[in-house]
Amino acid sequence: MSANNKEELNKLAAGSQTKHSSSTSDDTAQQQQPAPPPPSTQPKQIPAKPSPPSATAAASAATTTTPPKPSLASSPAKTQPEPPPFEKGLVEQLKNKFGDIVKVVFIKPLRIKIQVEPQDIVGVASFLRDSMGFDHAESVAGTDYPKDNQIEVVYHLGSYSREELAAHILWLTARTNKDDARLPTLINIYKSVEYHERECYEMLGVYFEGHPRNERFLLPEDWADIPPLRKDFRIKGR
Amino acid sequence: MTSIEEKFEESKRLGLQIVKESEEDRLMTLSVGPQHPGSGHFRFVIKVDGDYIVYCDPDPGYVHRGEEKMCEYRNVIQNIPHLERPVIHDSANITYSYSLAVEELVGIEVPRRGQFIRAIASELNRQVYTLYWLAIYGIFLGHSTMFMWPTGDREVIIDLLEALTGARVTHAYNIPGGVRNDMPEGFRDRCLSQIRYLQKRFKEYEDIFYNNPLFRQRTEGVAVLSKEDAIKLGVTGSVVRASSVPFDVRKAEPYDIYNEIDFKVQYMKTGDCFARSYVPLLDMQESCYIIEQLLDKMPASGEVRAKLQPNPKGPPGESYRRVESGRGALGYYIVSDGTPKPYRVKISVGSFRNMLALPYLLVGQRLADMPAVYWSLNYWPVEADR
Repeated sequence: MSANNKEELNKLAAGSQTKHSSSTSDDTAQQQQPAPPPPSTQPKQIPAKPSPPSATAAASAATTTTPPKPSLASSPAKTQPEPPPFEKGLVEQLKNKFGDIVKVVFIKPLRIKIQVEPQDIVGVASFLRDSMGFDHAESVAGTDYPKDNQIEVVYHLGSYSREELAAHILWLTARTNKDDARLPTLINIYKSVEYHERECYEMLGVYFEGHPRNERFLLPEDWADIPPLRKDFRIKGR
Repeated sequence: MTSIEEKFEESKRLGLQIVKESEEDRLMTLSVGPQHPGSGHFRFVIKVDGDYIVYCDPDPGYVHRGEEKMCEYRNVIQNIPHLERPVIHDSANITYSYSLAVEELVGIEVPRRGQFIRAIASELNRQVYTLYWLAIYGIFLGHSTMFMWPTGDREVIIDLLEALTGARVTHAYNIPGGVRNDMPEGFRDRCLSQIRYLQKRFKEYEDIFYNNPLFRQRTEGVAVLSKEDAIKLGVTGSVVRASSVPFDVRKAEPYDIYNEIDFKVQYMKTGDCFARSYVPLLDMQESCYIIEQLLDKMPASGEVRAKLQPNPKGPPGESYRRVESGRGALGYYIVSDGTPKPYRVKISVGSFRNMLALPYLLVGQRLADMPAVYWSLNYWPVEADR
């Protein structure tokens, strides 16, 4: 698959070469624009969100849930004293659409964690992108939970296009069985997960179905051991 | 510039049409790096058709050290010195978000003076990084003066940081709970005078480098990243701000005392190499104002560090905190299981995110534009590999 993809890209770019050379007239047109002063920068004040982190840190640390327990997924924000209204609204929007498919793990100020089953993750992610404005993924992190024999993959989704969501990170998670770790890829919804998922594949051995390149990325090419971020991989001498 | 989807569609379409062996033979494969001085500890494979780059595949990992795995074997304080190794020129920022995440998990309240001092250290350190990057950008576009000037001016801030932290490059200064030690006497006046010197120098940078017609010809209109593509690719920092997305973590999600500071998010609308190289300079100028305000508003005395237990630990939980580093948003995702050692640490770095833009920007460019495009991404290979 990946080899084909490369070939296709080659062909594309080889074909687009003529296009590029013909577009030099556009370049010259751009250069004719008045250039001498440094280009126009539009300094713009974004309204600062009132979020003193030190105050929220203490509050949220007292109410965090325990990740290693499998039961945490079904214990939503009931234990939370008062979920912030904006975050609650976002969660209600999800709940109205998906109902019980989306399990809310916690609602903290600026952070929402939801968990879905692997088969639902693509549908939920496309709703998050199209209807709620979470337009890119900041990171994809996998965590190994040997007690449950599961691997949890967390997509940290952020937003550039909706200003009121700029401070928010939505954690979209799914758990997969460790023995046959497979998840559907989100690359068709979030282009930004391409390298993150590839890293997750080699570091935790989660195969992303539909990802064009489940291949080596950061590790040496001759790496012949289990994925190193799994808990049963031990550093030598430790 | 076509969008990503169009590119993909076109490649699919062309891939079905053209399967000629003779077309393949025209292409030449070049391996840029990892020993190449123009790429750092990083390799990318490009294919050229005549003078045009038609294919690019990044191959990172030459300086992968397993930072995330190492974190699971040490307690939260022991982790600090090795966590700043991925980007030693910006070590205050890479430990800043780690400290914020640990403070949220353990429940530490940072004293007000400590918050100011570590913000000052981070602002100064961001300038150290950006000056270093600017020097490299200058020399790879053949502008030797722009290599010498920022490298020399960088020493000014490094001396300041040495007075503040005791170390020139790797400070281990921002720690969970505040900063390691208080400011030395007379630091405020010294810092202010150096900031004024730098502000004067930044104007000279503009004259000799950014207004240089040769530099402008090589960067203006080259490798334009549209706003839609920048959002789709999830790039961050100066790259996304050059494509008219005014996103800065200090403004979007103010940490510590940044909600008391008055500053503007500097961004540009053109999205070309020039914008990506000019936004960091604007950031440095804005950073000078921020430092002045921080020095003015800082409490004259008080604690700089919260008292910690020998092995700080909190209840089991997870946190994701980010700061604005020299290369964009720098986030830490930490899972704690209630022991002093983190259960899982994931570092989300700007370089790794910006790398995704490299193939999209390089394909279709001339080979001679490769350094201008590559270094404009504000990419730091060691940080991307972790």
